[in-house]
Amino acid sequence: MFNLFQNIHIDWLGKRKIFIAFSIFIMLAGLASTIGRQYTPGGADAFNLGVDFKGGTVIVAKFKGERPTDDDLRGALHNVGVADPVIQSSTDKPDEVLIKIPLVENTTEAPEAAPSGDQATDTAVKVQAEAGRQTVKRALDSFGKEAEGEQTLADTADAVYKIVGTDSVGAVAGAKLRTQAVTATLFGLVGILLFIAFRYDWTYAAGAVIAVFHDVLMVLAFFSVFQWEINLTVIAALLTIVGFSVNDSIVIFDRVRENLAVNRVDSLFKITNDSINQTLSRTIITSGLVLLSVLALVLFGGEVLKSFSLALLVGVVLGTYSTIAIASPIAIWWQNKLGDSRIKDVLVPQQKGEKLASSSRRSVTRRPVTR
Amino acid sequence: MKNTGLWIRTAIIIAITLVGIYLVFGPRHTPTSTDFTWQGIKANLAANINLGLDLKGGSHLVMRVKTEDYLKTLTQNNEIAASQAAKAAKDDSGQPLAVGDASYVADNGNYDITLNVTDPAQIPAVLDAVKKKVDFSNWTQSTNGNAIVWSLSKQSQAKLKDQATDQAYKIIESRINAFGVKEPTLQRQGASDSGQILLQMPGVENPERVKDLVKGQSKLELAKIVSPPNPQPVQTYPTKEAALQSIGGKESDTRRVLPYAERDESSTATAAPTPPAAKKPTQFVVIENPAVVDGSELRDAAAIQGKGGGSDFQISFSFKPTGAQKFGDWTGKNIGNYMAVVLNGEVKSAAYIKSQIFDQGEISGRFTKTSADDLALTLKSGALPAEIEYQEERTVGPSLGADSIRAGVSASIGGLVLVVLFMLFYYRGSGVNAVVALTLNMILTVAALIVFGSTLTLPGIAGLILGIGMAVDSNVLIFERIREELRLGFLVPESISLGFDRAFVTIIDTHITTIISSVILYMTGSGPIKGFAVTLILGLLINLFTAVFVSRTIFKWELARNPNMQKLSI
Repeated sequence: MFNLFQNIHIDWLGKRKIFIAFSIFIMLAGLASTIGRQYTPGGADAFNLGVDFKGGTVIVAKFKGERPTDDDLRGALHNVGVADPVIQSSTDKPDEVLIKIPLVENTTEAPEAAPSGDQATDTAVKVQAEAGRQTVKRALDSFGKEAEGEQTLADTADAVYKIVGTDSVGAVAGAKLRTQAVTATLFGLVGILLFIAFRYDWTYAAGAVIAVFHDVLMVLAFFSVFQWEINLTVIAALLTIVGFSVNDSIVIFDRVRENLAVNRVDSLFKITNDSINQTLSRTIITSGLVLLSVLALVLFGGEVLKSFSLALLVGVVLGTYSTIAIASPIAIWWQNKLGDSRIKDVLVPQQKGEKLASSSRRSVTRRPVTR
Repeated sequence: MKNTGLWIRTAIIIAITLVGIYLVFGPRHTPTSTDFTWQGIKANLAANINLGLDLKGGSHLVMRVKTEDYLKTLTQNNEIAASQAAKAAKDDSGQPLAVGDASYVADNGNYDITLNVTDPAQIPAVLDAVKKKVDFSNWTQSTNGNAIVWSLSKQSQAKLKDQATDQAYKIIESRINAFGVKEPTLQRQGASDSGQILLQMPGVENPERVKDLVKGQSKLELAKIVSPPNPQPVQTYPTKEAALQSIGGKESDTRRVLPYAERDESSTATAAPTPPAAKKPTQFVVIENPAVVDGSELRDAAAIQGKGGGSDFQISFSFKPTGAQKFGDWTGKNIGNYMAVVLNGEVKSAAYIKSQIFDQGEISGRFTKTSADDLALTLKSGALPAEIEYQEERTVGPSLGADSIRAGVSASIGGLVLVVLFMLFYYRGSGVNAVVALTLNMILTVAALIVFGSTLTLPGIAGLILGIGMAVDSNVLIFERIREELRLGFLVPESISLGFDRAFVTIIDTHITTIISSVILYMTGSGPIKGFAVTLILGLLINLFTAVFVSRTIFKWELARNPNMQKLSI
């Protein structure tokens, strides 16, 4: 038998202050980033929203002969500063390609392309579309000349492409889809809360759900600080993170519950620590394997999936971390609050650095029981 | 035989596996030898799975709402309404106001309504009367001698066009959702007054039907027929001219002549082929204008099977409370009179009113199931503000880009291979169990997606990934638990049994939690969120089978072969 992580006795809960300080630090960084960016004139937005969310310009380019591959096009667009274009081939017209790019920054004060709009933003929309066209033209010029103006591709011998259509498009994921995604997730979390409360205890339910919020907020903080692009795939990634985080919390809670049933001696504090340690090999193997797969996706999954895989990468790490650092301490802390001062005896000496053994011996009859 | 239970378990697993493999890789036609080649299997796989717009592409339709038609209709209606309001108005002494003719202009971007007033002194009184009845809030009002002129400024035109497009957008959205187009994307395109809407949808079976459904104009009106009451037969005219003659030669604000195609298949709203039905010659009836109630008062509409059964379908509809009130009042006063159900300017049926009717009605007319379904759907979603024309149509590749999908697929396969290698290395012989369970899990999940006709999109794949992650986790939980029991000194059979039993409690809790939240996501979410939830739910349900039942059966086989096993390869 090949074993890792046996007989580990790490005092995870004793380090909770460090963990929580770390989490607060990252969240403050995220908060500073979102607020700071919003109030910096001329700066970027709080989040780098992709064309799915804020609309942009769609351009149809027609190429003479064979058209460049999607990757070449993406590379050329990168060089002119378009981080995440949507490139769609046109199956029935193989020499044409649809390129969608997000609103070009700094042209106007973020015109809302659709669905609302009035005369004032109409001009802005046209300016936007033209700015988008110019950007794509700069990128495509790296492949050769455009057949300008009224000329067709056939007329001009040295031209290799022509932009045959320019239009501004509204968001795919409009405000409606966004609010719906948020409300659906919140309702889902309520379901989780109720089920864990039913199977375990309210305190555990609160711990797990707060940990989920923690994970999602932290991932968003990363996205704001590093200005990774948020597109529709990121929503999928966030849903995945929620599932992963809850799964991880329940595995440890389940062990705590089991240990509480057989072990009538130790404090909840110690039992939780033991449970984390006993499931540590599982935690490391599962999270490690998932992390490995996601890392493969980050490294080799290509440009388009970058946001998706980065969100998963950060989320998997955080989901594992938050179970130990957030969910368990909150569950214990709350049980502590619910109980009386006697339970505090268990925690206080620990904070002073005394040995747990003595305190746990004192707490034989004082241990808070969950179920 | 002492292993009967084990054989039954094995038979169940093999049967399910075979069905799963067939669903995923099998052809839906009579198998040929090519179906067993690598290429054939790949082709079948591609044909069996519905991939979404982001992974496979689909139709790209640019449509335009004819907003100028909308403005024209608005101008016409306002002109009529203003004229009627002015003529009906009385001055302080109770005398009707002296109002002349009204006229309108609606072309080249000019939309003007002119109302002539005989005595300029009465203009304020006329304006008062008109404003009470007609909404002219978007119009610029001016007076020109004896005439009051309302015109739409360019700004107002743009604003109204934008509103009309928004309205059309919402109607189209509800239509394609109700039709069940899987994960389409709908976007406004162009400037806000361009009236353009871009629809992308994954390969649907009948794109033409969807196209017709989207632009379907279904205008329902219920109106009184000018006819002697029952028991006299309803007054019809063989030709339009004859009908017109009966009302003095031309249609007026209060009378309209409409064709009455008795018991005829509708082909106005749908492209469904008209079955050769026994047609009576088209007749004409005169109806009272305006209609009693129209489609805007509809609460619901549904296709129901006709009383004759078979393939004869009808559309039943019900009204909102306001419409029901109006309709009830009117039918109460008109018992015995004839009423016409008018659909898209054609009288579908004429029936006398037997008793007061409040909120229910039916349109009969020998519809097919398809045409009745589509018609009910367009009725329910409301009338489009103006006609829609298709401007551009093309088939597009995946929105995520074909090469990035290839990269994603390779990376995912690489990741899976790493997982498999690790399981085999770390858990040795038992790792084989895990790999078998994982493989089966993936095949069965995809098979379940095929059975449910779901469309797989990237969010769906995210659900699949989480499902696989939790499947790996289940195996790890079980194996780690078995190891723990072994370390505590239990014998191999007990350890396996205890390991499964104890890990099962954990697994069931994690799975139920996630399934509960996914069901909620499915019920409250839309599009991408639903796609995620569906694959996750299916993946987890299947995992309970593969990770627990299948994996345990394999262990049981090992134990059956070697009952006194001293050392487990784990």
